[in-house]
Amino acid sequence: MKRLIAASAAVVILANWAHAQEVKVGVSLPYTGVAAEIAQQMDRGLELYLKLNADKIKPYKITLIKRDTKDPAGANAKLALQELLTQDNADIVTGWVYSPNAIAIAPIVTAGKKLAIIMNAGTAHITNLSPYYVRVSFSMWHAGFAMGEAAAKILKAKTAAVGYTDFPPGKDSLNAFKRGFEANGGKVIDEIPMGGAGAVPDFTPFFQRVKDQKPDVFFVFIPSGDHAAAVAKTYGALNMRQANIRLIGPGDVTVDNKLQDMGAAAVGIITMHHYNADLDNPENKRFVAAWKKEYGADTTPDFTSVGAYDGMAAIVHVVQTLKGKIVTDKAIDALKGWKFSSPRGPIMIDPVTRDIVMNEYLSEVATGPDGKLHQKVIGTIVNVKDPCKELKIGPCASN
Amino acid sequence: MSAPTSAHEHPAARALAGRHRIRLWEIIPWLLAIAFYFAFPRYLGFGTELLVTILFAISLDLALGYAGIVTLGHAAFFGAGAYTAGMLAFHHIWSEPITGLIAAAVVAGAVGLGSGLVLLRTTGLTLLMLTLCTMALLEEAANLGGHYTGGFDGLPGIDIPPLFGMFEFNPLYPRVQYLYVLGVLFVCFVFVRTLVYSPFGQSLTGIRENTLRMHAVGAPVRVRLIVCYTISAAIAGVAGALWAQSNAYVNLSTLGLDRAATVLIILVLGGYGRLYGAFVGAVAYMALSHFLSKYFPTAWQLGLGLLLVVIALFARNGILGIFETLQRRIGIKRPSP
Repeated sequence: MKRLIAASAAVVILANWAHAQEVKVGVSLPYTGVAAEIAQQMDRGLELYLKLNADKIKPYKITLIKRDTKDPAGANAKLALQELLTQDNADIVTGWVYSPNAIAIAPIVTAGKKLAIIMNAGTAHITNLSPYYVRVSFSMWHAGFAMGEAAAKILKAKTAAVGYTDFPPGKDSLNAFKRGFEANGGKVIDEIPMGGAGAVPDFTPFFQRVKDQKPDVFFVFIPSGDHAAAVAKTYGALNMRQANIRLIGPGDVTVDNKLQDMGAAAVGIITMHHYNADLDNPENKRFVAAWKKEYGADTTPDFTSVGAYDGMAAIVHVVQTLKGKIVTDKAIDALKGWKFSSPRGPIMIDPVTRDIVMNEYLSEVATGPDGKLHQKVIGTIVNVKDPCKELKIGPCASN
Repeated sequence: MSAPTSAHEHPAARALAGRHRIRLWEIIPWLLAIAFYFAFPRYLGFGTELLVTILFAISLDLALGYAGIVTLGHAAFFGAGAYTAGMLAFHHIWSEPITGLIAAAVVAGAVGLGSGLVLLRTTGLTLLMLTLCTMALLEEAANLGGHYTGGFDGLPGIDIPPLFGMFEFNPLYPRVQYLYVLGVLFVCFVFVRTLVYSPFGQSLTGIRENTLRMHAVGAPVRVRLIVCYTISAAIAGVAGALWAQSNAYVNLSTLGLDRAATVLIILVLGGYGRLYGAFVGAVAYMALSHFLSKYFPTAWQLGLGLLLVVIALFARNGILGIFETLQRRIGIKRPSP
């Protein structure tokens, strides 16, 4: 009898120990559909962090449970999250490319009481929707607002035209740019919606309208992806550079994995963003080299990959700090004020807003000695907090 | 061989008269739905989505399967209903769920009536394109009216008060939502079933099979089609409102081509013009895509695509059509004649 008790006690202890060892992380990404390529970039990013830091994670075990959120409709993302929380008993949930999905699932995140790390979705006010949200990616206001300031102060532009893809990140980006630009003495003379995000439009009529108005700079927001090459080609075809209209935008315009498709017309495009693969810091050199070794020399990480990479770093930090036993409130406390040397430079989680604080880099596209296009940093703004929440604009005010 | 004594004892007449009788197997789907509630308490989110889709497919079956109105824009009414219930609740005008459904049915029905008056003058491809246009116009209107509709990001966190003042909607374990949707589905189904077996429903089938002849016998073809389209739109609106309420959320996807095309595929997959095709198609399509995508998040569409190809090649009348063919092959006679 005694032996039996001892044995069952041992089993219980072992089971508890095993439970403490394993941390289940639910990953919700759009593995199919129009954003499948972004999901792949992100999936590679987070897997790469786990691979490069295998010794940091020991003795704990991180199990990833991946779910496809399919589309921006909200319903599939909700189902995936419901099941991750109730069937798989995930300790931490993460992912989300589309902002509408991150907005739709907020009530479930709040009801589920688990740490939810946003790896991409950029609509500014999302982090206000649930106390369990922590964002490691960016807000649309980070780059848009900083670009507005830089256009007036560094590029000395007086007038600007804005062309944007007509969906919330585009409108967010337009408002952020306008706010930053006009606060520093510039004037936005035209705002042009350039179709929806679903398909790449013919940019010629929009760009011609801008050319006729001769602004100093032309700020373009488009979703990172196939739109970028079309923007550069239209800009080149209309000889807008020769007309002294500079093309500027957030880094989505020159996203790394599309940069080489953009051709010579891209040279001289100036963007503001928190990451590009050419950033000159040791973390990024290590990251890009490891990426190319793992996934092939002709592939390149981009800002979405870095969002996922840093998201996984945040999760590993939580697992280490809490010694593998994830209690949600403690996990969020562990991330408040968390600092990390990311490939994008030093980052921190704002303890007040649970949103990211990071550097913004003003970069110019140039042809490198290898004949390929590269991005050269020509200015840095350090430790940028989400300006939308700093300035308490619209829904960002309700924290 | 003796002739039947009176006309209504003729086998054909008896078959016609007995068409609407409830058969024993018709209880099976409802028993399964209730069993699902108890057997899979952690799958009720999926179950709720499934039931809403069934109701939406039934509404399409009424227009497409029975009246032969070829439409690719049925999500227009789903979205109209979803936005009605969602916006009324979000802007704190009216949030009680059941009356919200009625409001959604009225608005969606009105959209159906308004567009039907214009669209149903046309047939075939023209009609198809015009239904698509109606949906696109509504979608763009919802996008432009972002101040009221939330635009692309949608209306988040709609507050729905407890059902009958007692049963609260839980976002994590949607038990109440499931039973609520099941109840509404049952009521709507009984209504549609009664409708399609009524003389009105018979005339719709007549219009589908031979419009000229219906004109010739003096049936008011256009009025019947418009009434049918309006009812179908109202039911689609109820489905949309249920979706909005059970998800506590509305966005542009409720008006999207994706949703309209998916429900059409579901109906064709199950078998249209058969009432239960909506059930079979929705279960087959959604269960397959849900579980395949759960275990193969990157490659699940391959399995779904193969199913559709097989159905399109070998079962022109959908999954229910397979059963009917089998019945005929092994010579089982219909019970009634």
